[in-house]
Amino acid sequence: MLNILWGVMMLIGIIWGAFHGRMAEVTEGALTGAKDAVSLCITMLGVMSVWTGLLEIAKKSGLIQSMTKGLAPFVNYMFPEIPKGHPVKEDISTNIIANILGLGWAATPAGLQAMKGLEELNPHPGTATKSMCTFLIINISSLQLIPINMIAYRSQYGSVNPAAVVGPALVATLITTLVGIIFARIMSRKEL
Amino acid sequence: MKFLIFLSDFIMPLMIFYIVAYGMLMKRPIYDDFITGAKDGLKTVVGIMPTLIGLMTAVGVLRASGFLDFLGQAVSVVTDRLCIPAPVMPVFIVKMFSSSAATGLVLDIFKEYGTDSPIGLITSIMMSCTETIFYTMSVYFMAAKVKKTRYTLAGAMLTTVVGLLVSVVLTAWMLN
Repeated sequence: MLNILWGVMMLIGIIWGAFHGRMAEVTEGALTGAKDAVSLCITMLGVMSVWTGLLEIAKKSGLIQSMTKGLAPFVNYMFPEIPKGHPVKEDISTNIIANILGLGWAATPAGLQAMKGLEELNPHPGTATKSMCTFLIINISSLQLIPINMIAYRSQYGSVNPAAVVGPALVATLITTLVGIIFARIMSRKEL
Repeated sequence: MKFLIFLSDFIMPLMIFYIVAYGMLMKRPIYDDFITGAKDGLKTVVGIMPTLIGLMTAVGVLRASGFLDFLGQAVSVVTDRLCIPAPVMPVFIVKMFSSSAATGLVLDIFKEYGTDSPIGLITSIMMSCTETIFYTMSVYFMAAKVKKTRYTLAGAMLTTVVGLLVSVVLTAWMLN
């Protein structure tokens, strides 16, 4: 995806700049962009390290595991077709908790594992089951407790209160997830 | 409104408190664990650095050429009616395909309009409550070898559009 997107961005920018006589600005823009990326990463190094450090404590102390277990009733309710005690439910819980905590690297492997497990339970291989649709809609509705990246970006660009968006973002993500859940419930009753 | 400010101020400290206290109760060597985790954080940032450099350069070129202003004006015909600031639209659309490319645009918005301006706030909230639809769907369904995705895309689009609208409403609410 990025191969095309990035190429198109560069080419459009240069052609557009050429036609509007802004080639000097384009060069300047490219240099500034690259420089800004590095200074942003320096801010990010601090914020991200504190965050991943804290989450490592949460992982080693068993906090994440107990959160995953606590999610079981929700998973049972959302995925009634999956047999009780099936290991897929654990993968789904792990994926959801990892997403809530913003642990991208932990979310994806568990999520892919869950999808494979769901496909094994699929009576019509190749066609998404209700559980798959529900799972992905919840996943894409983005459940994130603390948008740590956004906070880091905001602090780098001089926000008076970088964390001011945490509350609104949490409310927004709850609403989108709720809408996703309702949609998935309605559709799963309607179809097949 | 007061509740939102309360949430923003309290979530981070409460979460840190909870994690640290839980770790101490479980008698973990919490500072050693913290150091191990922090190293991972460094690696993560260094890992995304080339991507960010590439994308911020591309966005820098687009911004300097005047194309982003043109794009903003072009979409403002539609967005003005929906009370959505035009610069937010490119971010919204790009976010469906690539999170890092969207990040490049977000940082450009922060620079141009400020993080605490209405546009900056809408963008911040929207980025926190939406996902890369097409990327996630293709990776996850590919892993399961599923071709017919049924109503997944419709549901994903719905939540994403709701996310944008909610961001606009919450921002208006925050600023009043």
